[in-house]
Amino acid sequence: MLTRPESATLPTNDTLTVYFAGRPIAARAGDSVAAALLAGGITVTRQTPVTGAARGPYCMMGACFDCLAVVDGRPSVQTCMTQVRDGMRIDRQDGARGLAIEP
Amino acid sequence: MAQAEHASESFDVAVIGGGMVGTAIAYGCAARGARPALLDQGDLSLRAARANAGLIYSQGKGEGLPAYAAWTRRSISLWPAFAEVMASAASRPIGFRQRGVLAFCLGEEELEARRALLQRMHNQLGGPAAPVHLLDRHAVEAMLPDVRLGPRVVGATYSPEDCDVNALPLLRALNAGFLQAGGTHLLERTVARIIPRGDGFDIVSDRDTVHAAKVVVACGLGIPHLAPMVGLHAPVRPVRGQMIVTERLAPMLPIPGSGVRQIHEGVVQIGTTTEEGEIVPATTVADLARMAARAVQVIPALAEARIVRSWAGIRPMTPDGCPIYQQSPAHPGAFVAVCHSGVTLCAAHAGPLAEGILAGKLPDDVADLQPDRFDAHTT
Repeated sequence: MLTRPESATLPTNDTLTVYFAGRPIAARAGDSVAAALLAGGITVTRQTPVTGAARGPYCMMGACFDCLAVVDGRPSVQTCMTQVRDGMRIDRQDGARGLAIEP
Repeated sequence: MAQAEHASESFDVAVIGGGMVGTAIAYGCAARGARPALLDQGDLSLRAARANAGLIYSQGKGEGLPAYAAWTRRSISLWPAFAEVMASAASRPIGFRQRGVLAFCLGEEELEARRALLQRMHNQLGGPAAPVHLLDRHAVEAMLPDVRLGPRVVGATYSPEDCDVNALPLLRALNAGFLQAGGTHLLERTVARIIPRGDGFDIVSDRDTVHAAKVVVACGLGIPHLAPMVGLHAPVRPVRGQMIVTERLAPMLPIPGSGVRQIHEGVVQIGTTTEEGEIVPATTVADLARMAARAVQVIPALAEARIVRSWAGIRPMTPDGCPIYQQSPAHPGAFVAVCHSGVTLCAAHAGPLAEGILAGKLPDDVADLQPDRFDAHTT
């Protein structure tokens, strides 16, 4: 499991909570969603549409698209490029996403 | 080295050009027990299959040239069985489906133009390439229950016999089938000359010289350079096609559309353009934006989808858009084959065309598809 370095430990008043598949994860302001998930022990954010292989944050810089997840109901969000917000709800994106039938 | 091994070799047929047309012919020759060689350039050569939308498509084809309509229909009739052979030759699915193809009409003007085209095709001798129905918006909606059509979609034309397939896996399957049937690949070769000999042809490349009893010039835009060496003439010019693909999406478009098609693995493919005078396979923002905007006008929810890739390819185009086939009157045994519809016509190229080449007589189906139709007529 990935852990934050000692020097990165922040005072408690900078922490907030996000929810991954309904489970609370402690994050800190300024985290990317991917960083918060990795620090919270979550390494799989999606399963690929064709083979169902597990994928999770990898490049952490917006290039690989492996960290996609559903964030606050919105599919195909790059979690490494999205900052956490208190109360944010993140869900795994398993298989191909759909498009809302009503535009 | 490979070239030394092949330098003195003689083949039944040498096919110049390893794209969709040449590989289909070469495969068809190998599958019929002949000993063909397929000469091709490298990975950097222009490859029209890259800009192919993957439709096995009849609509509007052969207007003014009924032989093209009939040849298209013959290929489509051969496709389902051919697709099974290709799928077993390949190590992966080729995505063949026979569900018909929809051509969406945005606004009454487009619908009227399609209606007029259908009428002209219907009235011409030999009829259309395949049945086509004019559908109103409600009929299209009933066929596509998982999408909401944009407000400007007034209807579509639908050709139920048409199919779709993924062009690059198909090309790979043709190559695999060619090798499995005993064909010889001669790659990384640029053919410089074809020399007619008493017993066939010497094909001189920058690597070596091979001999073949017959030669098929099927190298697309390279044809104007090589064909005259064996008394053949096929005017072709480059046109550019640009493509967009989205991320994989849950199935929503069960019937492929012209210009917007969801392949079996979920990607939505958008395109393509037909740009004259472009010889560099590069994309332009303006064209990509226009293509994407039209797709969003057809299916507004596509605006949410991520574009993951866009690219361009260069395709050969003949003066009337119809295929050209000919056996050289001056040098029998030398053939030319070129078209803009290498995927639609693939089954016919691998079947009756290859058979005719081996027999030394092109099939009657293509008698009206010779290049003499471009000669000035005096009546």
